[in-house]
Amino acid sequence: MIEVSSLSKRYGARDAVVDLTFRVPAGEIVGILGPNGAGKTTTLRMLTGYLPPTAGSARVAGHDVATQSMQVRERIGYLPESVPLYRDLTVSAYLDLVATLKGMPKAGRRDHIASVVDACGLAEVYARRIGALSRGYRQRTGLAQALLNDPGVLFLDEPTVGLDPRQIVEIRELIRSLAGKRTIMLSTHILPEVGHLCQRVLIIHRGRLVSDGPPDELRERVLGSARGGALVEIEARGESGAIAATLRAVAGVTDVEVVDTHDGITRLRVRAATDADPREAIADALSGARIALRAMTISAATLEDVFMHLVTREDTP
Amino acid sequence: MNKVFALYRRELAYYFQSPVAYAVTTLFLLLGGYFFYNYLGYFNLESLRAMQSPMQSRMLSLTSSVLAPLFGNLSSVMLLMLPLITMRLFAEERRSGSAELLFTYPVSDAQVIAGKFLAAVTVHAVMLAMTLPYPALLYYFARPETGAIFSGYLGLFLMGVSFVAMGVFFSALSESQLVAGALTFGCALLFLVIGWITPFVGGAAAAVLSQLSMMKHLDAMSRGIIDTNDLVFYLNLTVFFLFLCARVLDSARWRS
Repeated sequence: MIEVSSLSKRYGARDAVVDLTFRVPAGEIVGILGPNGAGKTTTLRMLTGYLPPTAGSARVAGHDVATQSMQVRERIGYLPESVPLYRDLTVSAYLDLVATLKGMPKAGRRDHIASVVDACGLAEVYARRIGALSRGYRQRTGLAQALLNDPGVLFLDEPTVGLDPRQIVEIRELIRSLAGKRTIMLSTHILPEVGHLCQRVLIIHRGRLVSDGPPDELRERVLGSARGGALVEIEARGESGAIAATLRAVAGVTDVEVVDTHDGITRLRVRAATDADPREAIADALSGARIALRAMTISAATLEDVFMHLVTREDTP
Repeated sequence: MNKVFALYRRELAYYFQSPVAYAVTTLFLLLGGYFFYNYLGYFNLESLRAMQSPMQSRMLSLTSSVLAPLFGNLSSVMLLMLPLITMRLFAEERRSGSAELLFTYPVSDAQVIAGKFLAAVTVHAVMLAMTLPYPALLYYFARPETGAIFSGYLGLFLMGVSFVAMGVFFSALSESQLVAGALTFGCALLFLVIGWITPFVGGAAAAVLSQLSMMKHLDAMSRGIIDTNDLVFYLNLTVFFLFLCARVLDSARWRS
């Protein structure tokens, strides 16, 4: 559905996107992840035909974005990051305008708009001015305009940025409900979002693709070697030196790090040699040394770890 | 065509739902009415004086004493008002970021330009039409030359259309409405007064400059002369600036 090969964009002397190559099959939800300024928005702008690429090519819904822009535009929906809607219009007038601009036939338009309004939960604000809506409703209106004319490919640039936690959950539900027959590409710098929504993650850093794969596989592949074994966080009562010494004596523990000591309670981070869970051995050792254990958690590698690993690896040559 | 009409309707609705059209039209009519009253009062005095000398009364004409100077003054007021109408068209779209959505819809640049241009031309036409009571009053008291009124309005309308085209172009040049408005005003003023310099340059340059002068073209039309030269001038200017606007929109994409 989306085929990108060697796509590049330069702004003057600055490279915004460098030699990007990937394919997205129909029906997949793909996340583009990267720190701010990594080139996510530029990539989406090129794929939607708003910006011409400096080099390389991209095909979206079977058409080239540079030479067949109109055919691409007819088959996509796009929600830019700033959600730039016409604030002086009502939701109803705005969606009507967009439906016409997208070339929807008059017949069946009302029903189609009504179904999109329903899907996006806009019924109660349908007659209100967009400028008077809350950020959450504006975001939904933005999604609604992207969905008009039933595009096969959706591009969403940071669809949950600036929303409160409840709205974020709602918008995520909405996006998930859109999946299935549609191909969705969304950009974000919020890591959990990708884990929640996407079947595949592209990580972009300084305009380059640094990783491509499903979120779970990514954790394993990227962190498998670098992370070492399991990581356990411990909170115990007692003097930090004594606790650390006890922990170091536990079989399989390779590294003990004291995080902080507060009111006689020490927090530590313990790294094991392998992925085998060392928690029971640690509990035994602490109780043997008569140290009161308050809490202990084993942490799985998160996408944050993956991300930080990829991004910092680039920064420190 | 549907798309052009939808864009046209959206812009027109903006003009008439916000204070823009009302503020600009009110000022235009206020100043226009003031000029009309002045010229009519002056013509009145002249007529009274002419009653004593029949020779002089033959020289008096509504067309040259009231209508021609009124059209000249209305063109100056138009010069002030039309940039206020056109300055937001593309500048606002770019500043708010809505251009990003507009230009990813299946709509061509030409369709967008056409919709916006026609909406501003409509506001201009409405504004001008509101001054029709002035000549209507003349019909009540005297016998003005219908042809001169018609050609004068045609001249004013075409001149305004070329101002609007200029405004659309400058609006696409800048993200700032203020800059777009100021450039439109400056450029339009230059076209209006460019003929003043002809006595000092002479030769071919003078001929070219006088042909570029909006005042010269309007002057002929406000006296009741419809020359294809004048019509072609205004249409050329309009097409030229709309074409430049299309080039600017295209190149903005590559430059950004």
